[in-house]
Amino acid sequence: MTLDMFIQHLFNALALGALYGLIAIGYTMVYGILRLINFAHGDIFMLGAYLVFFSTIAFMPAWVAALLLGLTLIIFYSTFVGFGKKPPVWFWAGVALAAGMGCYYGFIAPTSFAPPWLLAVAFAIVVTSAIGISVDRVAYKPLREAPRISALISAIGVSFFIESAAVVVFSGLPRPVRQPEAMVKPFIFSLESITGNADSLVRVTPLAIIVPVISIILIAGLLWIIYRTKPGLAMRAISKDIETTRLMGVSVNKVIAMTFGLGSALAAAAGIMWSLRYPQIFPYMGMMPGLKAFIAAVFGGIGSIPGAMIGGAMLGFMEIFIVAFFPELSGYRDAFAFILLIVILLWKPTGLMGEKLREKI
Amino acid sequence: MLKVDDLHVYYGGIHAVKGVSLNIPQGHIVTLIGANGAGKSSTVRTIAGLEKGRGAIIHKGENILGKPAEDIVRRGIALSPEGRRILPHLSVEENLRLGAYIRNDKDGIAKDIEWVYSLFPRLKERAWQAGGTLSGGEQQMLAVGRALMSNPELVMLDEPSLGLAPLLVKEIFNIIGKVRDMGKTILLIEQNAFAALSIANYAYILETGSVVLEGPGQELLRNPMVKEAYLG
Repeated sequence: MTLDMFIQHLFNALALGALYGLIAIGYTMVYGILRLINFAHGDIFMLGAYLVFFSTIAFMPAWVAALLLGLTLIIFYSTFVGFGKKPPVWFWAGVALAAGMGCYYGFIAPTSFAPPWLLAVAFAIVVTSAIGISVDRVAYKPLREAPRISALISAIGVSFFIESAAVVVFSGLPRPVRQPEAMVKPFIFSLESITGNADSLVRVTPLAIIVPVISIILIAGLLWIIYRTKPGLAMRAISKDIETTRLMGVSVNKVIAMTFGLGSALAAAAGIMWSLRYPQIFPYMGMMPGLKAFIAAVFGGIGSIPGAMIGGAMLGFMEIFIVAFFPELSGYRDAFAFILLIVILLWKPTGLMGEKLREKI
Repeated sequence: MLKVDDLHVYYGGIHAVKGVSLNIPQGHIVTLIGANGAGKSSTVRTIAGLEKGRGAIIHKGENILGKPAEDIVRRGIALSPEGRRILPHLSVEENLRLGAYIRNDKDGIAKDIEWVYSLFPRLKERAWQAGGTLSGGEQQMLAVGRALMSNPELVMLDEPSLGLAPLLVKEIFNIIGKVRDMGKTILLIEQNAFAALSIANYAYILETGSVVLEGPGQELLRNPMVKEAYLG
């Protein structure tokens, strides 16, 4: 392989690995606390992508956007504050604003919700995060005391539900995503001075840089929350001993909801970046990346956040470089991840950074 | 301060606590002693909100029985649970900060951490060490310190001397006395009946889920029946 090809693959692998890592963190955080594999996580990733592109391109009606925002506000408020106390003025103002906008855009002046790009991204991440919290509340919270397998079956059910609902709402047709031109216009670097060959060029799109950079910023933010804030301390404590953490005054359900909210926000961000890089969206787009990120999480040691990042990066590199070195195997691309899963489960089921699972005394 | 009235606790089909009534006055050390399985831990776990029960637990005129554990600690009732239950992957300081989870006064928390360190200088040396790497005695100190960090009015200590060397037992009991002198109320569960009775204002002796004897600590210490059964 020539140097220019190698560098080209390196950039691809970096972006893919970062995306796997972002999704894998969602699996690993939920597993760390609930010992549950949230199979709906890949579909949350898909919803993130759809929300952005339905609001920027396919023209989501504005009343739908207002409705979603209003519901999001209610979900966040009821989860983190609770309706035990009388809600403050700003809460009612927000709900009234959403309702007013919904009525106005629904009945009086129907409009499409087509906000600027960044606003659409923020909208998608916030709404997806609320959807993640709702999935927990509807499908997992009632099963907290049930055997673990029940929650797992529920997770598979939620996954099918979201996929099928997406087919109904968005239609099953794959839709092309228009990549913003500024993001895909490549910089071309010549490596002539190193290789002595005028043909050795590396094309790097801004997107190939933006994806890993944003991923790293998001992960750094997450680590800051987990290691430097009070709710993060509670999250780390709950993953080891729920009962003792409750004795300290932590309400477990709020912390679990926060875990789902954060994981889903990261998945939404990954979904948006994924659909920019592989510019097509369809209701089942979350399945394969979701499964592979799950494998990355197992590879890194499920329950460990650094493990998920490393597992994601390594899976991304493996996938790109196996195909790069053995182009004739490119048809088996998706199979590598599953072979890796089998090998890991046989050889080191706790993964690279996972701890031995000891029975709690 | 706290009154337990005819408390019953069931685990599945087992009737673990059969009509226990306790009275814990402000500023006192009250101790529950008894053999394994007498229902001591079940009683405090129910007060702390970890178990469901029947009867009443009256705190400041309100029945708090059945309220979730995370609310009980906000009412100023903290439990240092049986078996220490230190979070092994968090540092000593993080364990203490978790104990102060319900508080928002940064300065007060920092002050109280220093105060706990002054009670247990050994913890300060190990402030950044993971809780799981501490010795049993150090973990016990941390468990007591963590329960104090919520700034409770009532501290419930479940077997704080279990498995400790005699010298450390003495140290822990010294500190329990110091905490009482600060005006806090203490409910102490002990198997070490001599030490517990010596320090307690009032004591209850539990056998198979019921109170069989109660009285001031010093009086029970002299009681021939107690002497034979618990003091050897």
